Amino acid sequence: MTLRHADVEVGAELPERTFRVRRLDLVRYAGASGDFNPIHWNERFAKSVGLPDVIAHGMFTMAEAGRVLTDWTGDAGCVVDYSVRFSAPVVVPDDDEAPRSPSAGRSGPRTTTEPSACS
Amino acid sequence: MAPFDLDFQPGERTARRAVRVSGTGPGPEDQERETVAINAEYVGREYPAPEPYEVTRGKIREFAEAINDHNPVYVDPEAAKAAGHPDVIAPPTFPVILGMAGSAIAVADPDLGVDFSRVVHGDQSFHYSRPLRAGDVLTAVTRITDVKTLGGNGMLTLETVAEADGEHVVTAGMMLVVRGE
Repeated sequence: MTLRHADVEVGAELPERTFRVRRLDLVRYAGASGDFNPIHWNERFAKSVGLPDVIAHGMFTMAEAGRVLTDWTGDAGCVVDYSVRFSAPVVVPDDDEAPRSPSAGRSGPRTTTEPSACS
Repeated sequence: MAPFDLDFQPGERTARRAVRVSGTGPGPEDQERETVAINAEYVGREYPAPEPYEVTRGKIREFAEAINDHNPVYVDPEAAKAAGHPDVIAPPTFPVILGMAGSAIAVADPDLGVDFSRVVHGDQSFHYSRPLRAGDVLTAVTRITDVKTLGGNGMLTLETVAEADGEHVVTAGMMLVVRGE
């Protein structure tokens, strides 16, 4: 079901979503995106450059936040502009009880999305 | 978490050379902190992709799976056609592959002197004329659009413009923060 332009008002909030981020997700994203910066998979390296631990690719967080938009509009092909500012890192420790990458509107690691979509 | 505080104070300045400033680091040793400075004369420098990028169904599927997005328009050509697309389309952040490749070429430019291990992604934007889709053959050019120094960090802004058959498809903007020592 595709959202119609006439159904949306300025200021409308998109539904909050929570996304799990594990080391496995980062390894897979590194391969798919071509971003093999070791801060995203090598704990020793991450700490050696002053990071608390491995951190998620910003672009992985942006991709997850983008799902909030495309799932909401129902038309993944109608995104005209999508921008984010990365304001805090998503730290991903080596455990399966991974931290969560919240969508817009939550405190903690956060991404500001400024999407505009068609329809 | 200090290295990640991107809420820089105003008072930015354009750097023309590296300078050393004292007492700006919050570290316990209160050491001198080296300001990262990137030569502003490189604004406008362009880095064309060495070869066209072919968007394939397989790569789109791999990327969609990596971001755990199971939208059928990314993997099922019939679903994509039903949605009005000639073939499967790519997720909105897929063009980062082009942006990453372009920024990697720029960051590796010895003239810039950027230490890749100190690079953090500051912001990212995409502006689309249409979605990327399987079958696209994209030519991309990455350009340095801004260089500045804020709070001891270098900030490098890049823009990658991708076209197919001479028509604009997407512009990816990327700001990289090069953290001070």
